[in-house]
Amino acid sequence: MHSFGFRANAVLTFGITILAFICAMASVSDNFNSPRPSAEIQILNINWFQKQHGNDEEILSLKLAVSLDLNVDVGGWHEVNMPDRRLCKVWDVVPICLFSPIDVTAVMASLTMNITADLQSLFTWNTKQVFVFIAAEYETPKNALNQVSLWDAIIPAKEHAKFWVQTANKYRFVDQGNNLRGKHFNLTLHWHVMPKTGKMFANKLVIPGYRLPEEYR
Amino acid sequence: MGWIGDTVDSIKSIQVRQLLTQGVSLGMIVTSALIIWKALMCFTGSESPVVVVLSGSMEPGFKRGDILFLHMSNDPIRTGEIVVFNVDGREIPIVHRVIKVHERQETEEVEVLTKGDNNYGDDRLLYAQGQLWLQRHHIMGRAVGFLPYVGWVTIIMTEKPIIKVFSAFVDGPSLSLVTVDDEN
Repeated sequence: MHSFGFRANAVLTFGITILAFICAMASVSDNFNSPRPSAEIQILNINWFQKQHGNDEEILSLKLAVSLDLNVDVGGWHEVNMPDRRLCKVWDVVPICLFSPIDVTAVMASLTMNITADLQSLFTWNTKQVFVFIAAEYETPKNALNQVSLWDAIIPAKEHAKFWVQTANKYRFVDQGNNLRGKHFNLTLHWHVMPKTGKMFANKLVIPGYRLPEEYR
Repeated sequence: MGWIGDTVDSIKSIQVRQLLTQGVSLGMIVTSALIIWKALMCFTGSESPVVVVLSGSMEPGFKRGDILFLHMSNDPIRTGEIVVFNVDGREIPIVHRVIKVHERQETEEVEVLTKGDNNYGDDRLLYAQGQLWLQRHHIMGRAVGFLPYVGWVTIIMTEKPIIKVFSAFVDGPSLSLVTVDDEN
């Protein structure tokens, strides 16, 4: 009853129970925080707005494949047309087929945004970081809701939570079809609070009233 | 004849009752762990209610060795949610954030694109060949809670199975810490 094994077991179990309890309490304490964040987004300029043949998303993925250092001393990239009309790149003998049939067209836009936000009230002592991103939301005849993330950032500490940033969209503003001409859309600022332990929670601020131009340029 | 008598004696001297009691206790521990696990699966609606983060693709939010609690509900999938999904052909599920959502009119079908916070590009490289979007049936759950460091126990047990054997003798309940891992 008093052997080393029993004592170690008892200490460990007790320690883990207390730790679990403290983590739960830390998470509960997050509920007492009532955040009042504020933000403002201004679109300075629509840089370009084009219809493209083939989908730029896939080209971006291919560039990533190359940069992932696929052990490349010999050989090179060759293009190969597969029987099902996919266009593939072949490195040495390993085909990397990232393209769907290339008669897909996509419309995409590039914007420059001015983002001012004050998210300091979201931080508690149990917060590890806040992930903030901006999504454009719009409706099309085929889709009831489309949400496209344009920009995101990680705020590691309270000091950085009040910021002003001017940036182009980090991710392509691209639609599944050709529905973006003259489209009205909302810009929504989402934040996702990631705690040191416990429950994560997220919320958003909707800023309506933006519009893409009628004509491509 | 002497050695038969000796063998019978040594078999008789094993306290059968004690051995059986130990066996039943171990069985009880294992089955109660299984009951808790299945109840959690029911309660959260997800196939694996707890996952261990195996890679650094969601740093600095989730580091290798953290544990995520999952929950699956019929609420629509929206951007910003951290989802766990299975890709056809890969056995280990992936935990990443949703960055694009396209939801059809009328039906509840939805097409979703994900990306790890610490990755440069989106997840199209990880999907099956020719797959551009994830559908609802690929998604196993949303991450709702988080515990740091606890998952290292599972990682160590998976990578050095000898410790699993050792811990079964020392402490039965630690066996119940076998959870599903994730990668990328």
